Amino acid sequence: MSTAFDLLYSETEEELRSAVRALLADRCAPADVLARAETGRPHDPALWHTLAAEIGTAGLLVPEKLGGQGAGHREAAVVLEELGRAVAPVPYLTSAVLATEILLGCDTPDVAGPLRELAAGRQVCVPALPLTQAPGAPLPAAVRDTGGGILTGTVTSVADAVAADVLLVLADTGLYAVPTAEVSLTERVPLDLTRPLATVTLDGAAGTRLADPATARAAVAGALLSGAGLLASEQLGLAQWCLAETVRHVRGRHQFNRPVGSFQALKHRLARLWLDVASARAAARAAADALATGAPDAPLTVAVAQAYCSGVAVRAAEECVQLHGGIGMTWEHPAHLYLKRAKSAALALGTPGHHHTLVADFAELPAP
Amino acid sequence: MTVITAEHLLTRVRDLLAAHPPADTGRADFLRARFDAGLAWVHYPEGLGGLAAPRTLQAVVDAELEAAGAPDNDPRRIGIGLGMAAPTILAYGTDEQKRRFLRPLWVGEEVWCQLFSEPGAGSDLAALGTRALRDAATGDWIVDGQKVWTSSAHTARWAILIARTDPALPKHQGITYFLCDMHAPGVEVRPLRQITGEAEFNEVFLTGVRIPDSHRLGAVGQGWEVARTTLMNERVSIGGMRIPREGGMIAPVAAAWRERPGLRTHALHQRLLELWVEAEVARLTGERLRQQLAAGQPGPEGSGMKLTFARLNQEISGLEVELLGEEGLLYEDWTMRRPELVDFTGRDAGYRYLRAKGNSIEGGTSEILLNIVAERVLGLPAEPRDDKDLAWKDLAR
Repeated sequence: MSTAFDLLYSETEEELRSAVRALLADRCAPADVLARAETGRPHDPALWHTLAAEIGTAGLLVPEKLGGQGAGHREAAVVLEELGRAVAPVPYLTSAVLATEILLGCDTPDVAGPLRELAAGRQVCVPALPLTQAPGAPLPAAVRDTGGGILTGTVTSVADAVAADVLLVLADTGLYAVPTAEVSLTERVPLDLTRPLATVTLDGAAGTRLADPATARAAVAGALLSGAGLLASEQLGLAQWCLAETVRHVRGRHQFNRPVGSFQALKHRLARLWLDVASARAAARAAADALATGAPDAPLTVAVAQAYCSGVAVRAAEECVQLHGGIGMTWEHPAHLYLKRAKSAALALGTPGHHHTLVADFAELPAP
Repeated sequence: MTVITAEHLLTRVRDLLAAHPPADTGRADFLRARFDAGLAWVHYPEGLGGLAAPRTLQAVVDAELEAAGAPDNDPRRIGIGLGMAAPTILAYGTDEQKRRFLRPLWVGEEVWCQLFSEPGAGSDLAALGTRALRDAATGDWIVDGQKVWTSSAHTARWAILIARTDPALPKHQGITYFLCDMHAPGVEVRPLRQITGEAEFNEVFLTGVRIPDSHRLGAVGQGWEVARTTLMNERVSIGGMRIPREGGMIAPVAAAWRERPGLRTHALHQRLLELWVEAEVARLTGERLRQQLAAGQPGPEGSGMKLTFARLNQEISGLEVELLGEEGLLYEDWTMRRPELVDFTGRDAGYRYLRAKGNSIEGGTSEILLNIVAERVLGLPAEPRDDKDLAWKDLAR
């Protein structure tokens, strides 16, 4: 058993939630997200500035002495719940969680500067890793140092690279900070309209070395664990929106002279979904809390949360589409933004299948 | 009004232990003394086994008494009395009824059972047909009918009973709540054998059973409202306990998987891992609910836990039978037994598989619980109903 763990939300966390929710209600309504996605430039730099710098969410994981808020994973998880609820097109998971955790994990004097920029929300920094890179999976060796920190290689499916000022590149000689201007980005057409993907090509790119290979790989592994654990909270928030929106719809939509939400076939589906979401909340909170306290069983708790919450988010979005009937199939209704985010998020940072395999290791239930 | 603190309770516990050292005191005598000291259920009123203290302080008393080696009242054996009869008597009983019944109930001298469900009234409990007719000469009630799925009926001294006193009224309005003497003439208890081969439960036949009006709980016709108090307390008791990781139904399957590599297949591995994860998430959900209750912010999650556990118990025990291969073809013993206590995980895999089938039926079917979640938690509208205002005697059956 882990030590005392807390699955509830503190007052401070609820205040943070209120601030983020109010901002997103004001500046990131589903229609805004859709309109922006249609331009091919989903990111909203002004929204990011308010969220990251003014509310100060970019530095939640960063200690105060390094210019951050000195909060932790529990608070970052609450922010991610709200971002998932709004399918907000901001690079929070990639910059404020993954890149930040990599830098924190390096713990060298060289990372203090970049961390300060990140924590203050002045720069966006994302790891040059495929979004599918999972904790516990072999790390890629796609980038080589051709000498003196001149880097060559290609990394596919890098999320939010188009919004980044700096990329964190894992090369054979260590971890490098590479200005985005040094690389060439080929934008891909993503299934998830709110999280852009690009192929990053380094052809003699000059980077600043931040850590040796062993330190770098350990830092990346730790960041992937943290990212996977906190992604569960984003998935929870997404599922919560889908459930609430669907309930709202079936209460108001009339067919056969009745609200369709009075039919038992629909009520039972939604009651089951509510159960799934309530369970996902416990799983996601447990992961955030285990990461925050550095619990020894954090890798298992994270694997459990990812194995479970990915499926709940996808199911919630699929139910949302189905129970909206024809409306759910239209481009105009935002349900598809959630469906696309949910399905992509199930592949991000390890599929449920991958996390089940990790559970098999941690729980000592070996394959045949 | 003084607020009772933990220190205050601990002082009373020490006084109780000094006056009645557990080592030199008979079990029943100690429990009676504990009741009289107000330490039985501290949130009950003074004089009825409590001190009107916050319910959360009960754990302080229990821990202190357990540490001192004091006997407990074997709560599992008298669960229906403690969990259902007592809170209902407290809420609706006359002073005389409370004084008469609560002490022997808590001490365990009088076991209680519940005469609610009938062959024709399961999910639609309010449609029950057991009749209670007033004897004009004596004022007593004469009860005729049949009840079913009654646990502890064969050991019970008393029952909480709901019966129809006015068939001309709509079903919810013509019901009255009684306290029924299980030793009264006309009460016949027969074991009800279930698919596991054993008989945890009973059928109870009531033929001309005479109940004095002083054993009516609440007003004539108020029985449904009183019964709702009983049923709400039934659900409160679920979800209060803490289970360890890999506790419950998943434990024997995980153990078999580890100990017997020859049984492993890839298909079973996938299912095992999925169910292991779901069981762990259910454990966390229960833990979160417990933390919410402790923080005084009860959430609606409680209404969902039973649904989750019913489904998981069934799926996990089904997997276990398959995992065991040839051994899964066998069953320990079909002899009809009369177990004292319900045990979902005891005996063998076949038993677990069969017993778990009841988990989605007993205490509210999963279908009814889904309706409750949909209507009370999600606020979805009820299906149109035409039975609420019809006289009970005119309902289809």
